[in-house]
Amino acid sequence: MTLAVSYAHRLGEFALDIAFTVEARGVTALFGPSGSGKTATVNAIAGLMKPARGHIELGGVTLLDTEAQVSVPVHKRRLGYVFQDARLFPHRKVEANILFGAKRTADTPSPQMIKDIIALLDLTPLLQRYPANLSGGERQRVAMARALLSGPRMLLLDEPLASLDGPRKNEVLPYLERLADAAAMPIVYVSHSIDEVTRLADRIVVLNKGGVAAQGDVADIMARLDLFPLTGRFEAGAVVDGRITRHDAEDHLSEVAFDGGRLWLPALEAEPGTAVRFRVRARDVILALAEPHMTSANNILRGVVKELRHDAGTFVDVQVACGETLLLARITHRSRKRLEIEPGREVFVIVKSINLDRRGSITPRTEHNGR
Amino acid sequence: MWLGLSEAELQALGLSLKVSGVAVLVALPVAFAAALLLARKEFPAKTLVDGLVHLPLVLPPVVMGYLLLVVLGVNGPIGSWLNETLGIRFVFSWTGAALASAIVTFPFQVRAIRLALDAIDPGLEQAARTLGAGPLDCLFNVTLPLALPGLIAGAITAFAASLGQFGAIITFVSNVPGETRTLPLAIYSAIQTPDGEAAAARLAALAIALALGGLMLSEVAARRLKRWSRQ
Repeated sequence: MTLAVSYAHRLGEFALDIAFTVEARGVTALFGPSGSGKTATVNAIAGLMKPARGHIELGGVTLLDTEAQVSVPVHKRRLGYVFQDARLFPHRKVEANILFGAKRTADTPSPQMIKDIIALLDLTPLLQRYPANLSGGERQRVAMARALLSGPRMLLLDEPLASLDGPRKNEVLPYLERLADAAAMPIVYVSHSIDEVTRLADRIVVLNKGGVAAQGDVADIMARLDLFPLTGRFEAGAVVDGRITRHDAEDHLSEVAFDGGRLWLPALEAEPGTAVRFRVRARDVILALAEPHMTSANNILRGVVKELRHDAGTFVDVQVACGETLLLARITHRSRKRLEIEPGREVFVIVKSINLDRRGSITPRTEHNGR
Repeated sequence: MWLGLSEAELQALGLSLKVSGVAVLVALPVAFAAALLLARKEFPAKTLVDGLVHLPLVLPPVVMGYLLLVVLGVNGPIGSWLNETLGIRFVFSWTGAALASAIVTFPFQVRAIRLALDAIDPGLEQAARTLGAGPLDCLFNVTLPLALPGLIAGAITAFAASLGQFGAIITFVSNVPGETRTLPLAIYSAIQTPDGEAAAARLAALAIALALGGLMLSEVAARRLKRWSRQ
């Protein structure tokens, strides 16, 4: 079941012209700065906003075709929508909230499935409470269960973490990961946070100023220098998928192998063979021409410079290929001149620190590349 | 004898409660529809409709009664038709008194319900629709229960106001003992009668107690509404 979206609409001065596809399984992030058209796009998919022109199709079913004057009403689209502000019904207990959609779908969830989803989201202690007595994170978990039990053909999550503070975000994120793993349907995840996107998504659609700037696998998009201004200059970095190969109990480190080398990470609590995704921020990477021996860095890789990007200013962003994996480094313009770093040059890549994004099942990368 | 009230006075009290009760119940669904229209829809004649809904609030009740008499009296355009085809006569009947009360107190209901509707987050209705609820399902299972405190507050206020209705009733359906002589009309009649002061005072005390009770109930409902709409 794939989702194909293409629409054009005008909101005052703001023109939207957006087209992308979403894979049958896994999480596709709609990523972009605020005002890029993210929420308008999910609302167009859900039917809460009717675009002036457009065609939206989900798994062979036309949801919107302005030329044929087809627009399936919201309540018949069968999309599980998790809103930024949860939107639980205040006059109903949690239990009645999560069963609201279940009672209105032809695809009635079995008692076992209801139990499973309550367990998945740890809702048992909350069932008899009213939404007013829940924390922000709890509300989002209830909203997720409610959407999942409404017999949806896909899930739309519109910045479900945006209204939560830091600790609450971290409380809900593991549930979102569970949801992404458990749901056998396409998931569209709207976010302006690159942390959330690299942690949860398999593919990214980058939106900017009402249009699609790029779409493709997370690692490919994150490694593209031309998208740097959008993918977050300071936080930007390459996303790498790998597998745990072994643990070093004495030094509390775990080794991860990926296509392009091996890296040591702070000890991971998972069996060797477990898939992990991590992000190497460009500002945490140092480039060297000779292999440094007397250094505190544990992780030194070999690579070839592929591409450079220099906007006016102090820094140059460098894309380095280590095997099939693309890493990014942010160095000063002065260093670039001194080391004569140009495309094709062989370099040593020193990784200062690594952000672990995700562990456990990772949807295999899609065969065709969205680039 | 009950609380020192005479047979006729008890009759007036019973009639008042019946007329006001029926007036509120009949006007309630219409008021909900009107409030929904005004709160949720934008249309060209909105200001006019809004004005018409609130007209009874500023119009002298006597004018209201006169208009009803002209339109619904046995010689009126609608009244004569109702009389000839369905045999329904409002004039000199308690149903006419209820109709006059319903119209005069209609704005109280609409205002309270509209306030409650405005307090409902429209996002909740959107959420219900994404969960498979059609427009009517959504209206009865989300909008209506959330507006319920407003409906109750509006009904109580309208009931209390209706108990005090005088001008419209006496103009439209006259002052017939046992049929249209409600509490205020009975007070008026008592004052007109020699030696009626004691009866007038008893009835006036009763009216004050009823009105105060109604307002207090409505305040409780309003407080409930505030608690409900906060999430």
